[in-house]
This record gives sequence, structure tokens and C-alpha cells, in this order.
Amino acid sequence: MLRIQERLSHFKSYGQKTALVLMASAALMAGSGFATPAMADGKTITAVMHSGLRVLDPIITTAHITRNHGYMIYDVLVAVDENFKPQPQMADWSISNDNLTYTFTLRDGLKFHDGNPVTAADAVASLERWGKRDSGGQLIFDVTESLEPADDKTIVWKLKTPFPPLLETVGKQSALPPFIMPERVASTSPEEAITDYTGSGPFVFVQEEYQPGVSVTYRKFEDYVPRSEPVSWMAGGKEVKVDEVKWVTMPDAQTAINALLSGEIDYIEQPQIDLLPLLQTSEDVTVETRDNLGYQTMGRTNFKYPPFDNKKIRQAAMMALSQENVLGTLIGNPDYYTVCGAIFGCGTPLADASGSKTLTSGGDIEGAKKLLEEAGYDGTPVVLLQPTDVVSLAAQPVVAAQALREAGFNVDMQPMDWQTLVTRRASQAKPSEGGWNMFFTNWMVPEISSPLISAMLNGRGDKAWFGWPKDDAVEALRAEFITADTPEKQKEVAVKLQKHSMDEVLFIPLGQYASPQARSNKLTGIIPSPVPVFWNVEKAD
Amino acid sequence: MLGYIIRRILAVIPVMAIVAIFVFLLLRLTPGDPAAIIAGDAATPEQLERIRSSLGLSDPLHVQFLTWIKLLFQGDLGTSLISSTPVTQMIGQRIWPTINIAVLTIILSVLIAVPMGVVAAWRHRTWVDYVVMAFSVLGFSIPVFVIGYLFIQAFSIELRWFPVQGYSAPSMGFGKFLSRAILPCLTLATIYVALIARMTRASMLEVLGEDYIRTARAKGVKETIVLFRHALRNAAVPILTIIGTGFALLIGGVVVTESVFNIPGIGRLTVDAILARDYPVIQGMILLTSGIYVFINLLVDLSYTFFDPRIRY
Repeated sequence: MLRIQERLSHFKSYGQKTALVLMASAALMAGSGFATPAMADGKTITAVMHSGLRVLDPIITTAHITRNHGYMIYDVLVAVDENFKPQPQMADWSISNDNLTYTFTLRDGLKFHDGNPVTAADAVASLERWGKRDSGGQLIFDVTESLEPADDKTIVWKLKTPFPPLLETVGKQSALPPFIMPERVASTSPEEAITDYTGSGPFVFVQEEYQPGVSVTYRKFEDYVPRSEPVSWMAGGKEVKVDEVKWVTMPDAQTAINALLSGEIDYIEQPQIDLLPLLQTSEDVTVETRDNLGYQTMGRTNFKYPPFDNKKIRQAAMMALSQENVLGTLIGNPDYYTVCGAIFGCGTPLADASGSKTLTSGGDIEGAKKLLEEAGYDGTPVVLLQPTDVVSLAAQPVVAAQALREAGFNVDMQPMDWQTLVTRRASQAKPSEGGWNMFFTNWMVPEISSPLISAMLNGRGDKAWFGWPKDDAVEALRAEFITADTPEKQKEVAVKLQKHSMDEVLFIPLGQYASPQARSNKLTGIIPSPVPVFWNVEKAD
Repeated sequence: MLGYIIRRILAVIPVMAIVAIFVFLLLRLTPGDPAAIIAGDAATPEQLERIRSSLGLSDPLHVQFLTWIKLLFQGDLGTSLISSTPVTQMIGQRIWPTINIAVLTIILSVLIAVPMGVVAAWRHRTWVDYVVMAFSVLGFSIPVFVIGYLFIQAFSIELRWFPVQGYSAPSMGFGKFLSRAILPCLTLATIYVALIARMTRASMLEVLGEDYIRTARAKGVKETIVLFRHALRNAAVPILTIIGTGFALLIGGVVVTESVFNIPGIGRLTVDAILARDYPVIQGMILLTSGIYVFINLLVDLSYTFFDPRIRY
């Protein structure tokens, strides 16, 4: 220290010393090393996605950003197209006459990113891991006799009883699609995250450039062989037309808008709706709806405790609510929302609006009051969880609380952050002891479009989704749906489920809203789909 | 001096130990469940429990604490529960943007604020003094994100001099680094200029009334030398203290500025970790920040001897 002091004492003046400190600072800065989002160039698409990518295992989580990442780097055996029809993707298939044996044949030229060929053993291991996590997959594995590779290219899936929606379930895009990974990766426990990201899809994950929650880079996989069919949702030819795609996270919505306007980025997956007018004035940017189905927002009650253990009181709560009021407050611009009473979402093959009249026509406060009186509501407080840090979920509790109070409910609205809410909603304690009575969330419509995947239609009591309804009738209807072997029969069961769900108030559908995307006009060819993906997309110079 | 430094470094150990225990317990008392973030919205209670168990979150608190402490002694801050990335790697990726922005901000602030403060003191109760003080009040009062947006609107969108957002490391080219760092640094510097200018003015006013200043002036020493060599040097101790504290605050994370300019620094890392209840990352960040505070305070104390030779340890 003394030596340093002596050396420093040679620098006599304050100015000289300051300069020395400044030079040392510059050296410190020059020595540092990490770079982040560069300006967009001709061969790179820079996109701001709806959230930062933090979990890289698309089987362990249902987070949409991780699923989207999964589609970038992995391929799937079968993919549902925009008509909800399963189409061959990595494999074609044949079904035995007794509907008990499905034989999948992998197409030629499939390779993993490490250069190894994709084999039937890889596909089997991937399906098995998926089947332990996905609710639809679990149902298939409940009736599976065996799932084995017959040779390098053939997978034989034998069932104990027919499961007509097997292909739709294997080909679905939400919440968990069965992405095909190398066998060594797929053998990881389904409760542990994978650490090897060798993919099978059209883009390669660039691990050395990955910063969790900040940026992720995908490079074109040169050896990927696209199918020849045109793209339709996640089916068809996945032809990559750029060198790289970078996803960057921008926590500030205004910054992302400014960056798109100045040409620093090319795409925003979900610009905030109240900021859209800023983009719509630009000639270089297009705002459009990529996903016509969008999201369903909904409320869920706790069936274990009063007052919502009483069916009539649940019905009163639903009667008090108005979709128009909720959506108007949440979204504002009617161009981007639709009142919709279908539990499977409007625009889907199973959509039916039975039992939703009051919800979709402004609510019925007087009717709700009468029902509450008939039910003998004793003023038990309704603990309503209100997340304050998620823009797309902040309005629903406030609007609902007001309607419920008008109907005569004693509402105890408790503000909290989303993380506290997700912990709280998992608690089966009494509402007065850390539990809850009602919360709200949103689903992408494909995630609720079938009884096999809609979490709310699980009636297995304590093993069901949060709220824990014990409902044998809904379980019987789901079993009936599984055995329905034609679209007509499936629709018939779906209508029964719609009526049952609205009567029992398994959940309260609060309408559908679209989330528009914003893109630079240099980008063309974005696939209309619930999942934003970047194959088929071209970028002009 | 050496003995003093060793004593100060040793004093870090109990401080960090208390911070570690306090942070660990506080986080476990906060409601939240990292397993729920990982599993997503559709997870059933059984799936959540299995994930909790695989992450070690179902273990008794003392077991979790001992596991973490054991890792700490091996120099390992653990692994992120959410991204499965080592915490040291995450901090390593994110700390440089923060340090670089902090260093540049402090340099800008000192270069602007110290002369401002000196001049304000020198021209005490004149319009110059009033202008400097008015700027200080404004610098304190306007929220940092408003200043950031105003700079972006003026210099990025209207004049197109600088990019709107992003960060580029100095190793990728110093010009590129500066073009991206200048607006966030100017934004942050507004507060620090206000702070340092006020402190410099106050400190200088005190010193300028001393006998030796009058003597120097009576000897005919040039006024700039009186101000910058005689007065400022003697007024430096409180100014250094405020610069050191400011630097520590900047390193600790300036999440609003990082968000407005999309800088991947440790402020955002900490906030994201808190929102996701990513315990190892939060614990690592708080330990690091505490360490930085202690280290910077030590440096500030030692730097007093550099500017004021009368001080000895």
C-alpha cells in the first residue's frame, strides 16, 4: 500500500490524480467481456418475446416461452394443423383395424444437432418422459400395453383399449408437446431439468450465447430436412430462411416499442395494447393478429370451503359477472376481445356456448342476489386473490370483486405478487388460515380446447387442479370423450361437458382476447399460429 | 496500515455470516414457490411436490441451510433453481454491464459535479450558485425513468444520435460501447451530479473560510490553484465518501435504468430472481452486494490517505 502511495505521490496535481483514476477505470471497463443484443442485421431476426427464457426443458414446464423454445430446437412426430387435424411431421403412421396398435415410421434424413440420426429408440424415450408429465400423455399411458422401437425407424405403440384422440394428443401444441430428444437426454427424470440441449428441429440453440432471462440465440440447422407440405400451424415444411434468430427480453414495454420504431429489433410478440397507437403511426411497422384464437381469461373457485362448496353460491357468483365488463377493463379495445361462453374456447371444433347467457349478456346482479338468498349465504368472506404485478391478470379481480359485492358477497380482496399467488392457490388450508376462495388466470385457447387437456375439467378432488372439485360426473364424461371415435360423437360429449361445467360452475369463462404482434415490414412469412415460430420467415435487406 | 487493512478484511467475515443467515431465513419466510414457476400453470399438486423434492426444497430448513453453507465454503454460490445455471456464471455474465455503467456514470458525475460544486462555492450567493443549486434540486426530484425517456426521445428517436437500448461490451469496440452506454450513464449521472455537486459545494464553503486559504490568497497564489489544490484537496474527504457510497449504490443495481435502456445488469438479475423466488440467485446477489459495499467502504477509507496525507491508519 505504501508503495502505491509513493507512486501516486509522483502525480502532484489533483488533475493528474483524477486522470490516473479515470485511466484505471477505462482499463477496468475495457477488460470486461460480455455482449448483448446487437443491432439487427440482414440475416438475423431480433425478436422481443413475451417473457425471458429461463427454463430450457420443455417437458418439465408448461411455460409458453419454454414451449416456444422447444419448437425452435426440437421437432415432433405429429403436429396438429390449423384445422385441428393431426399431420405427419417426423413420422407417418398407420393404425391397426382394432384401433389398438399405432405404428409410426420416421422419415428419412432426420438428424439431431450433434449429427447423429434420430432413431425410434430416441422417439420412444422422448414419448415416455412426456407421458409422465403431460395430462393427456398420462391418459394414453394409462391404457398403453407397450411402446417399443421395432427397428431404427419404426415405433410400435400398443394399447389395451382404443384411445381415438391419440394422434391429436401426441400432435397438440400446448401445453406440453412431445418434443423428440436424444435417448440419453430423454432418460432424465421428468422432475429434473435436462442439461443437454441437443435438438432435432430446424434451429440450433447456441448455448455459449445464452443468458437466462436476457437473450437466447438460435442458428439455422443446416442439416434439417423440411417436409414438402405447406406450413399450417406447427405442421408442414419448416424451412428456415435466415441465419440466426435472437430472442431478447425487454422488461420495459415502451423500450421495446422504441426499439422497433428505430429499427433496432424486428419483432415484438406481445406489445402492450395501450401502446399500439404508437406503432400504428409508423409506415415501417405492421400490427396484426397472428393467433386468431388468442387467450381465454377465467375465474376459479375453491370447492373445498364455504361459501363456494355450495353449488348455488357458485352459480350466484357466475351470474353476477359480466364478460364485457371484465374484457373492457382488461383489454379496452373491442377489436381485440370477444365475449365467449364456450369452455373449450370459441373458434375450436368443440366450442358450444350453452349455459353462458348471463355471462355474455352483461351479468344479472338481481338474479345473483336472489340465488344467494335462496342458498342461505351467511356472509362468509370470499378471499379473492389479486395479483398486482401481471398486467394481463390485474383487472379481473377488481371487476369481479365489484360485481360480487353488488350481488351481496362479502369480498376480501387480497393484493399480492403473482409468485405469492401461485403458492397461495396451491394451499388447501381454510381461506381464513392462508387458503383462498377465488383466483383468476388466462389460458391459450388450444390449452383448453379439449377435455383431455383442460386442467379445469379434472374432477379428482384433492388430485385435481387448484380448487379441487370432486366431480364424478365430469370424470365419467371425460372417459366417454376418450372413447368417442368420431368428431360428431366427440362434439356430443363436449356439449354435455359444457352444460355440466356451467351448471356446476367448474370455472367461470370470462371471455377471449387476442394478443396482436408487431413486426418490421422487412419481415414476411410469419405463420398464423398460437405459437410464434421463425421458420418460413424471410427478412428483406 | 497493513494491520488496519487485515483487521478490516477480517471484520468482513462476521458481517457476511450475519447477512447469509438473515437472507436465508428471510427468503424462506417469504411466501412463494420456485417449483410453481418451473412447473407452470397446469401443474397438479403432486407434480409440484415432486419438483420441490427434486430441488431439495422439501428438505428441513437446517438441511437446506447447511447444504448452502457447505457450497459457500467451496466458493460455490449454488445453482439457479429456475434456469439450472450456476449462480457464479449468471453473476459473471451480468456484473460487467453494471460495473461499466457504474464506472462511466461516476466518471461523468465527478467530471461535471466537482467543478460545478467548486464554482458554486466560489461564487457563493450569486446567480451561478443559484443555478447549480436549482439543477441539484431538479436532479434529485425528477424520477430517473422520466429523464431516461426524455433522453431517448431527444437523442435516439428525434436526433438519432444513439441507439434506443441495449448494451455492447467495451471489448466489442469502445465506440460502440460508448454509443450505447452514454444515455443510461447520463441519466444516472443526473442524480449523482446533483448529489456530488451539493456535497462539494458544502464542503468547499467550509474550507474556503479557513485561515490557510486566506493566507494563500494573500500570498498571491492563483485563484484556480487556491480552489483546486488547496481548498478542494482539503474538502475531498466527504466528497470521496459520497462518491464511494454512490458507486456502491450503482453496483448494487439500478433496476429502473437497466429496464428503460435494456441493460442486462445485476439489478435486473436480482429483481427477476426475487419475482421467481430463485433463492440461490437472491442469496448470491445479496452476499455479493454486501461484499461490494464492505470493499468499497474500505477503499474509500484508504483513499482518504491519498488525498489527505494527515490521515493515517
